[in-house]
Amino acid sequence: MSDQERVLKFQIFRYNPQKQGDKPRMVTYEITEAPGMTIFIALNDIREHQDPSLQFDFVCRAGICGSCAMIVNGQPTLACRTLTSNYEDGQIKLLPLPGFELIGDLSVNTGKFMRAMSERVESWIHDAYADEVNFEKLEERMDPDVADEIYELERCVECGCCVSACATKRMRPDFLSAVGFMRLARYALDPRDKRSDEEFYEIIGDDDGVFGCMTLLGCEDYCPKDLPHQTQIAYLRRKMAFIR
Amino acid sequence: MKVIYTDSLVIGGGLAGLRVAIASMQRGFDTIVLSLVPAKRSHSAAAQGGMQASLGACIKGDGDDEEIHFADTVKGSDWGCDQDVARMFVNTSPKAIRQLSAWGVPWSRVRRGDHEVVINGKKVTITEKDEAHGLITARDFGGTKKWRTCYTSDGAGHTMLYAMDNKAIQMGIPVHERKEAIALIHEDGVCYGAIVRDLITGKLIAYVAKATTIATGGYGRLYAISTNAVISEGIGNAIALETGIATLGNMEAVQFHPTAIVPVGILTTEGCRGDGGLLLDKDGYRFMPDYEPDKKELASRDVVSRRMTEHMRKGKGIPSRYGDHLWLDITLLGRKHIEKNLREVKEICEYFLGIDPVEEYIPVRPTQHYSMGGIRTKPTGESPTLKGLFSAGEAACWDMHGFNRLGGNSVAETVVAGMIVGEYVADYCSENSLNVSTSTIQHFMKREEKKITDLLVRDFGENPFKLKAQMQKIMMDKVGIFRNGEDLEQAVEELKVLNQRAKRIALRNRISSSNPELVEAIRVPKMIKLAQCVAYGAMLRTESRGAHAREDYLERNDRDWLKRTLTTWKDDSADLPQVTYEDLDVMKMEMPPGSRGYGVDNTVHHPDTPKREQEIEDIKKANPGADRFELQELLNPIPIPEKFKGKNERIGRGFK
Ligand SMILES: Cc1cc2nc3c(=O)[nH]c(=O)nc-3n(C[C@H](O)[C@H](O)[C@H](O)COP(=O)(O)OP(=O)(O)OC[C@H]3O[C@@H](n4cnc5c(N)ncnc54)[C@H](O)[C@@H]3O)c2cc1C
Ligand code: SF4
Ligand code: SF4
Ligand code: FES
Repeated sequence: MSDQERVLKFQIFRYNPQKQGDKPRMVTYEITEAPGMTIFIALNDIREHQDPSLQFDFVCRAGICGSCAMIVNGQPTLACRTLTSNYEDGQIKLLPLPGFELIGDLSVNTGKFMRAMSERVESWIHDAYADEVNFEKLEERMDPDVADEIYELERCVECGCCVSACATKRMRPDFLSAVGFMRLARYALDPRDKRSDEEFYEIIGDDDGVFGCMTLLGCEDYCPKDLPHQTQIAYLRRKMAFIR
Repeated sequence: MKVIYTDSLVIGGGLAGLRVAIASMQRGFDTIVLSLVPAKRSHSAAAQGGMQASLGACIKGDGDDEEIHFADTVKGSDWGCDQDVARMFVNTSPKAIRQLSAWGVPWSRVRRGDHEVVINGKKVTITEKDEAHGLITARDFGGTKKWRTCYTSDGAGHTMLYAMDNKAIQMGIPVHERKEAIALIHEDGVCYGAIVRDLITGKLIAYVAKATTIATGGYGRLYAISTNAVISEGIGNAIALETGIATLGNMEAVQFHPTAIVPVGILTTEGCRGDGGLLLDKDGYRFMPDYEPDKKELASRDVVSRRMTEHMRKGKGIPSRYGDHLWLDITLLGRKHIEKNLREVKEICEYFLGIDPVEEYIPVRPTQHYSMGGIRTKPTGESPTLKGLFSAGEAACWDMHGFNRLGGNSVAETVVAGMIVGEYVADYCSENSLNVSTSTIQHFMKREEKKITDLLVRDFGENPFKLKAQMQKIMMDKVGIFRNGEDLEQAVEELKVLNQRAKRIALRNRISSSNPELVEAIRVPKMIKLAQCVAYGAMLRTESRGAHAREDYLERNDRDWLKRTLTTWKDDSADLPQVTYEDLDVMKMEMPPGSRGYGVDNTVHHPDTPKREQEIEDIKKANPGADRFELQELLNPIPIPEKFKGKNERIGRGFK
């Protein structure tokens, strides 16, 4: 962290589809860097002092909730935990995350996409008896390692970085995307979910599913939570190929 | 006018809101959830540490049960809580966690055999029992007698919220995202839903419902530096206050967490200390044992925060350009443990501080963290004054936390309150019909429309961002960890001025659709009112209790202050809220006020305390054969929905 003040140049994509006649454009803002400044701090500063109409989404500002993914100098990432000091020349270009409906400027509707994804992979425990569990009794036991492995996949924060980095998704709008594969793998691993491989095949056994994936692994490269995309996608493909 | 009708309207898609929605849907009522953000991004996701439930499966939790959890919770609250509610809570929490387990939370599990752990700065070996293998495990947290905080590595809140939202999706519960409730609709003392602004189109919609539940989380962002999400601005509380009918309880009860990183205020979980981390000063000296020889770093949160502040005031802090701080040392836990059980902490240190906590100390300082105050409710979750309005979670003053909540008791509260209040919401839906007049709906709609139009046409006026920053600074400087009469009086006066100024906000960006400046302009006057409730309540309360610490009134004064603060705002043009009090009845307490066991006990006792103690002794003597359940029934008979009445099983102990 250097103590030298420098002026940062932010080039930001601006477009408000709600506003009649508005056109997409890039606008440049200059602000003085502060020590420990993140893109979250910088954008709020710009909004408060230069342009109150600037739209972006932050919730936790701690890299936990997945709200703030955007393209920073060409790479999808969580803006809240990106320090401006990472960019040596002080030039920072921000674009909204592609692959999602644009709300305005840097704000995109990942929520809608993720709910649809959850519905599509039926992102819940399938067990006819789950609602009849007698919760006065000891819970069903689980192997501690299995619990840990499930958590590894459940760390996904639905930020959408993997979706935006995926070439297949660009060509196939209905492609489930890595986030969906990770979710499905999470339930496939969970002994509490009673779905069979055939049932999972119904969901991902086609070209909009795991067979459309070209395993170029943009997803794994950009996942801010380091989910094991490569291993899991390979695993799902093997499992599904076996059924096909 | 766009109107959407439903039975159960739930404002808030965090853990509490979703659980209430699930309960009313399960009982067959049409349910809609509103949220500022996608539900899974609610602030509940940020809870890292875990959830308290007395399962007693791990060896260090052996012997735990509802009684011990109850005692810890009441003590933690500094006897400010509602003991009926604390009772309902501790009895239901084990059920809540087991239900969540069935719904998919991958709780960390007990692993049989020897484990090396760090306790009191030393490595020790503990041995987990064979028969406990695979059950839900727990970690140590501040202010608890047993290891009771169940966790998923350090993503407890995240996994709980994901399981809860997934359950809601499974049940087809609609979550209307990017919607903000800005006013409640009410008529003749009954609430009928809310006026809601679509944050994308800017359109106002009336959501009309039989029962309305506010589960909008805390109001941490009244402070400039807070561990809370940027959306934790208390708007749900404010719209209840603005009815002039609903009351807010104990708004001055604000908790500061010992270990948020400096300067940004992001939290490092209490799990750091629970797992063995230490607090060190500028000399690398472990100072907590000097202040609290018994619980040390794991004293209750309010206590640790105050001790840290005292120590820094003695010049023992590490100076930095952002003021003094102390060190949190987790290096002694080792890489393996940190990378598995404290991984989010590690990520936060790497990204925001550029350090590796496996090798370096973390700069920390007490920071605003939790709002014990909120919408006052009965044990059913309903407002005692505005019928049909319910509240649950951090937004509510259901009041199991009193003046200080224990770590791990909050996410537990959200789910347990969601279950219990959810049943009462469903009861209410089945017992009441919707008979609100269209003119009432129109009245509220027009009123809110006019406020927005006024904002959009005003040419000159105040800047909402600046007003907010000024309010946050007042709260930081004058309504913080240690409080005194002089500062508080100034805060109250200065906030009055801001309140007036907030009536003349003008915008630079004058469009009605998605517009962050307009959002701010709608929220800031509401936030200032809440800040006034906090500051004024703090000024009036001339004692120290839990997180409310007065330098000019050091003692806890049960004689004069064993009561809950109730705040209303009847006249919108007034520049201060009205404050009244509700007594806590010692003669009904299962656990009469005593000492928390920190520092010197200088409590001014309530005259009823010895009476009640004697009465309890007599009841115990008269019923020598009574087991703990029968005794509780005699001392504190509580209402609890039928579904949740059963006893909880524990390993090696059955249902005893
Ligand atoms: C960093 C951090 C760590 C924590 N760790 C722990 C822990 O380890 N253990 C523990 O027990 N507790 C912990 N807590 C506390 C606990 O997480 C919270 O108290 C709890 O999750 C609050 O849940 P909730 O459902 O009440 O509200 P939230 O999860 O905050 O949800 C509020 C919801 O209301 C919506 N909303 C708000 N205003 C409006 C409006 N006007 N209109 C419409 N919707 C609105 C939001 O969109 C959101 O969906 C932690 C808190 C923080 C800040
Ligand atoms: S491997 Fe490539 S094609 Fe497959 S999901 Fe990841 S980014 Fe998309
Ligand atoms: S898998 Fe990774 S990149 Fe994709 S949504 Fe989840 S956290 Fe984001
Ligand atoms: S704001 Fe939550 S991840 Fe960035």
